[in-house]
Amino acid sequence: MILVTAYPLGYALVLSLYRYRLTDPDGREFVGVQNYVTVLTDPVWWSAASTTATITVISVAVELVLGFAFAWVMFRILRGRSLIRTAILVPYGIVTVVSAFIWRYAFQLDSGFVNQWFGLGDFNWFGERWSSLFVITLSEIWKTTPFISLLLLAGLVQVPEELMEAAKVDGATAWQRLRKVVLPNMKAAIMVAVLFRTLDAWRIFDNPFVMTGGANETETLSFLAYRQNVTLVNLGAGSAVSVLLFATVVLIAFVFIKVFRTDLSQVRGDS
Amino acid sequence: MTRRSALLVALAFGAAGLAACSGGESGAPTLVWYTNPDNGGQATLARECTEAADGAYRIETEILPNEADAQREQLVRRLAAGDSSVDLMSLDPPFVAEFANAGYLLAITDPAAVEALTADVLEGPLETAFWEDELVATPFWANTQLLWYRQSVAEEAGVDPAADDLTWDDLIDAAEATDRRIGVQARRYEGYMVWINALVASSGGTIVEDADRGADATPSMASPAGDRAAEVVDRLAHSSAAPGDITTAGEEEARSLFQSDAGGFMVNWPYVYAAAKGEVDSGALDQSVFDDIAWARYPRTDPDRPSAPPLGGINLGIGNFTQHPEEAIDAVGCITSADNNAQYMVESGNPAARAAAYDDPEVRETFPMADLIRESIDEAAPRPITPYYGDVSTSVQRTWHPARSVRSPETPEETDQYMGEVLSGDRLL
Repeated sequence: MILVTAYPLGYALVLSLYRYRLTDPDGREFVGVQNYVTVLTDPVWWSAASTTATITVISVAVELVLGFAFAWVMFRILRGRSLIRTAILVPYGIVTVVSAFIWRYAFQLDSGFVNQWFGLGDFNWFGERWSSLFVITLSEIWKTTPFISLLLLAGLVQVPEELMEAAKVDGATAWQRLRKVVLPNMKAAIMVAVLFRTLDAWRIFDNPFVMTGGANETETLSFLAYRQNVTLVNLGAGSAVSVLLFATVVLIAFVFIKVFRTDLSQVRGDS
Repeated sequence: MTRRSALLVALAFGAAGLAACSGGESGAPTLVWYTNPDNGGQATLARECTEAADGAYRIETEILPNEADAQREQLVRRLAAGDSSVDLMSLDPPFVAEFANAGYLLAITDPAAVEALTADVLEGPLETAFWEDELVATPFWANTQLLWYRQSVAEEAGVDPAADDLTWDDLIDAAEATDRRIGVQARRYEGYMVWINALVASSGGTIVEDADRGADATPSMASPAGDRAAEVVDRLAHSSAAPGDITTAGEEEARSLFQSDAGGFMVNWPYVYAAAKGEVDSGALDQSVFDDIAWARYPRTDPDRPSAPPLGGINLGIGNFTQHPEEAIDAVGCITSADNNAQYMVESGNPAARAAAYDDPEVRETFPMADLIRESIDEAAPRPITPYYGDVSTSVQRTWHPARSVRSPETPEETDQYMGEVLSGDRLL
């Protein structure tokens, strides 16, 4: 733990207090919390944060609905269950960077077939911010909905069958059974699925990197940290960005667990 | 497999690995040359120079990633860690100052060696090879952009690009009049910086003054030259001559547009000529389109001032942590000789850095525009030579992208302010 987590984090904290660029070793100087002030007052950080939040909120919301539908199909289907489950899970088996290239080529002006299919002519999907974000988010949803549906399927199988039968006998409609029986009994599974996917989406990197290279304000927080640390070798500001990104991840996890009172032990079946 | 047999297999593999590492037949030092991807021309030169060294050293090549930024990233990571395996490296000229300032490049101080490595090298690339008056990289091949046009379109528009005094305004007028497009590189990447730098330099300006002072350099886009460059980008982006994908277009997108029915004009590197020829041979491009292609000097920004064409290419750097500096200098001399420059130009399509190569009969036959390329490279304007080049370039790219948002004088003023804050550490890139 100390080697793989505490040391890198501590080192990043120390580096974030310096103005330090790897290719300008003589220019290294202690600047205290100045890097944090710079990052948090910079529109580039807030643009990346808003892009990340937009992708996260939309993709997780859509995935939750779609994922539940897929989970329900996988749960209820009687014939061809293996085939259906495999088909649903295929996108999740594809390496993210590969899926990013597939989506990029599909929507690109010269090589893409999407414009042809929908008669969109020369519409340049990656030429504007919102159309770029649309494709990025869509590919994210396509890629990770299977993950959320797997977690929800695990929740579905834990809903006691006798409760469902009792509700049916009492004359509850399908909608009422869903709202009053299924969802409350799946609460922990839903929260875990949403928490995992939110943290995952918050760290999104591959899709914007491959599709737009961060142009048109599609840069995410992970991408920003990568650029500062790896491309610009600006280790001072880059470490500050990384530490702040880590802090936001911790904050999201804290909010989910405390505010929404998710009891992870229920998922493990300890309750 | 039993544990014993597994152990034996592992030992056998280990022994084979050690044998491979020992290098085999001779005790000659091996120089590792990190090359940018090409069609195998650098690997051929490595083989030939190994033979020419007659046992004094061997050159092995390792291929870097495709994009210049990614090449730089890998080299920086290795050199920052003091990797002694980086003996030779193919380096984009804009990164030379940064690498030299960080102490990653071996400075060649022996006057005889300096003379041998720089004699006959064209003016443009030579400028990029020095840092603080020391030779830190040797120009290997140099690149420049030309104006490519379809003769039929130029005739229809009534312009003569070959007269060399064509301005960007003339070009846009001609494309508008014939309902054709002008291929440019305006994606948010280094190619866009190349275009902007050429526009500014062609107006007699610079993107940054006192560039060698690194973080203390003075941004100088807010100037008549910067304003004029912004006017050109603004006008093209809002005209019917703009490519539909102007915000995402790089070299290949521009080439594809130029070869299509909408193509009329394009600024691009000379590789496009060989590429078009190759497509004719493979049947992907009609011979009539190829026959219609002509070339001229890069367009002027100001009618009264000659253009300053973009400068690209590759310099050869020697890693400062190499254990074989003398052999490395010798190898650089072999790889960058005029004969090898000519051979590489013919085989790979990348223009030579040494003037003599342009007199080679084979070069002249392969490149009918060889004289124009030599003149362009000689008079080309390098991008700012600064150890903070990444900051300078990215500041420009960020504030000038997308091309349709560029305004004069607002955009150059915004660039100066942003670049100034970035250089002083008060803003993120």
